[in-house]
Amino acid sequence: MSDVAVHEADHGTQGHTTTTGLSNNKVGMWLFLGSECLLFGGLISTYMLYRGRVSAGPRPGNVFDIPFTSVSSFILLMSSLTMVLAVSAAQNRDDRGTTLWLSVTALLGATFVGGQVYEFTAMYNEGLGFTTSLFGSSFYTLTGFHGVHVTVGIIMLMSLVGIIKRSTIPGDKAEVVELIGLYWHFVDVIWIVIFTLVYLIPA
Amino acid sequence: MAIIERPVTTQGVEIAPPATPSRAQGGFKRPVSTTGWKSWLFTVDHKKLGIMYGVMAMFFFILGGLEAVLIRLQLAAPNGKVLSASVYNQMFTMHATTMVFLFVMPMAAAFANYFIPLQIGARDVAFPRMNAFGFWCILGAGIFINLSWFFGGAADGGWFMYAPNSGPIFSPSHGVDFWALGLQIAGIASLTGAINLIVTVLNMRAPGMSLMKMPVFTWLQLVVQFLLLFAVPVITVALFLLSFQRNFGATFFDVSAGADPLLWQHLFWIFGHPEVYILVLPSFGIISEVLPVFSKKPLFGYPFVVFSGAAIGFVGWGVWAHHMFASGLGPVSVAVFSISTMAIAIPTGVKIVNWTLTLWGGKLRFTAAMHFAIGLIVLFTIGGLSGVTHSVAPSDTQQTDTYYIVAHFHYVLFGGAVFGLFSGFYYWWPKVFGKTLNEKLGKANFWFMVIGMNMTFGPMHILGLQGQPRRMYQWTEARAGEGFFNLAFWNQIASIGSLILTLGIFLFIVNVIKTARSKERAPLDPWDARTLEWMTSSPPKEHNFDVIPTVHHLDEFFHRKYEQDPVTHEYKQIATAEEIMADQEAHADKHIHMPSPSYWPIVLAATLPVIMIGVIYSIPVAIVGGIFLVLAMFGWALEPSTAPETDFDPPASEESTKELSPLV
Repeated sequence: MSDVAVHEADHGTQGHTTTTGLSNNKVGMWLFLGSECLLFGGLISTYMLYRGRVSAGPRPGNVFDIPFTSVSSFILLMSSLTMVLAVSAAQNRDDRGTTLWLSVTALLGATFVGGQVYEFTAMYNEGLGFTTSLFGSSFYTLTGFHGVHVTVGIIMLMSLVGIIKRSTIPGDKAEVVELIGLYWHFVDVIWIVIFTLVYLIPA
Repeated sequence: MAIIERPVTTQGVEIAPPATPSRAQGGFKRPVSTTGWKSWLFTVDHKKLGIMYGVMAMFFFILGGLEAVLIRLQLAAPNGKVLSASVYNQMFTMHATTMVFLFVMPMAAAFANYFIPLQIGARDVAFPRMNAFGFWCILGAGIFINLSWFFGGAADGGWFMYAPNSGPIFSPSHGVDFWALGLQIAGIASLTGAINLIVTVLNMRAPGMSLMKMPVFTWLQLVVQFLLLFAVPVITVALFLLSFQRNFGATFFDVSAGADPLLWQHLFWIFGHPEVYILVLPSFGIISEVLPVFSKKPLFGYPFVVFSGAAIGFVGWGVWAHHMFASGLGPVSVAVFSISTMAIAIPTGVKIVNWTLTLWGGKLRFTAAMHFAIGLIVLFTIGGLSGVTHSVAPSDTQQTDTYYIVAHFHYVLFGGAVFGLFSGFYYWWPKVFGKTLNEKLGKANFWFMVIGMNMTFGPMHILGLQGQPRRMYQWTEARAGEGFFNLAFWNQIASIGSLILTLGIFLFIVNVIKTARSKERAPLDPWDARTLEWMTSSPPKEHNFDVIPTVHHLDEFFHRKYEQDPVTHEYKQIATAEEIMADQEAHADKHIHMPSPSYWPIVLAATLPVIMIGVIYSIPVAIVGGIFLVLAMFGWALEPSTAPETDFDPPASEESTKELSPLV
């Protein structure tokens, strides 16, 4: 960490160098994501403890449609690519490109959430409700929390598109796009962990 | 939604302020009052918020204290009739919940909010609106949790709410629901506060203030904020699972459905053990400021105090299962957690050695603040020693769930955390309010508290080792035993002690009122202090520092006042605080930008209890609350944290816009 922070005199400018050289918003976002790791850590632990406890209803191996979820996982991972393109466009001050790639990212995310809704419905029809078994409760809680995170991400992306179109965003657009990008990538990375532990490794 | 917090520039490129920053963006016209209740309700000033945290915490301290007195009255005589068994359960649950989450944590947050920016030479925190949001959340949580008293009874499963006591069979009222959902709101407050203060400390230090030149209070608060950052999400998961079980029919902790009740215990204590350091480290920080000042010596072994604090922060994550030795974890787990628990006594012991050696050979001044600081060293050491006896698993199995445990944690939390906070009150009162608390009353306050606390909690060691279980609602003469170990005698001593303790707290309140009514102003630097917060007026100006100081030393303010003679190595005074202040004022920054007040923090925070009430009683209410939550988030995100002139109605004059954005 740098010992000397350069502080310019405040002469009406908004910009000041921070002690670390990173913007407050970015450090704040990284801290928040660090905290989120523990949130998902707790949820994943709960699922790992309970995935074999099936007092009634179907077992994990019987309800998962791995090819289907693989496709929707792939779609979610691709949304990280489009998010990178959005950040890159924002840094080049390309408003059209930014809104385009943000919209594509949101669309891919929405496809993933749609897939999750379809998957939940199919599982419910096969007899796995939220309260059917400990496996059911912990599965829906874990994937549900992830789905809510993706949904919140989609809302943020769409809000950002609207804001950029009306160009009323306070502050630096590129950084805001980047921050939401950090969140989006985090949610994707968590899904890789969940997909591996929940779907791919047999209980 | 703290993402869009404040305009910044990239790589020296100026981003023009938004072209049409109208009030429509924020939804409301901006609050502009600088006096009256509105200036408090919508403030984002870290000092005002610090005072608000303090007032709120003090209120809950008194409430939790009254609950404790009722518990002691119930146990003062055989077959106590003061409380029914059911109300007694609610009383000890709410006493602990109130003291932990609504008194010590917000009071530590009060000190952190007020003094971290001052100690690091900043003009505000990194995210001022989020700071206000955190306060309104914790206030909402406190009110929400206590509402349960009026809606069929409060939570009654003990503050750690083990299954199956937390389940609908043993706790049919809505008390546990209020408790679980209220603590979620408190968790949001802690999380936003932690992010905010960490960013503040990392990013907003005055030029020259490296991490190893930071005051110890700020250092230990930084450790605390990291603990909060990682501990809060774990309790969040546990509380979600509990709420899903109670409100939506899941069976996460229901043994009859095949669940593992230890899951709750693990999740709770992975949060709960860091939590005890969250409670006590701020007080360690406070007395690490107080002891050097009143010993006229620098803190002995500053790096050791800092790094042992960080070590406590790390090792604190590896000791949680010592709360569960009696639950049948198996010999390996018990052995590992036994050893790690013994290990964590080492960094704590290092601190006690450092404080003692700070006193050694110093020119001691026995002020009230110093009394409390020394009280902490002694009482916390007693509590720490009984803590080490818990780390020995066979002995702990004997002590688990007895009054011995109650004695232990009151020595570390009352003797440790609370004494530190009181030391902070006496030390920093002149800084915050410009008036010094009465020293004579302060010392009386101290002695009543010391005697009361030892009389209350000391006998509990004996009671516990004799086998009196924790949470026991009545005792009978027939089973009280005889001679020295007569439980009746020690229970009565403890109850009398609690009244003496209450008298001590009462003296503090008298002192506060007396001081508030007195006309006498405190001198600028009443204690000959060492750190930057004393390089401001008392109370500090809204922008804290007229000019941001450049830091060259640990204890910068001391080194501005004193210079070491190169030959004799004695320190001579070269300037008074008044001279340093006058110099600051002469070189004051012309344009100081402060963040603007906002309606959104309180509006956003107010939606949370509405949602939680909806979860308990009616889902449509929760949905309506949720809609307002989203709207408030949009309002917040679209409102520039620094008000453009057109936001004011009438448009602000040149004079009032000089307070704009702080240092980003």
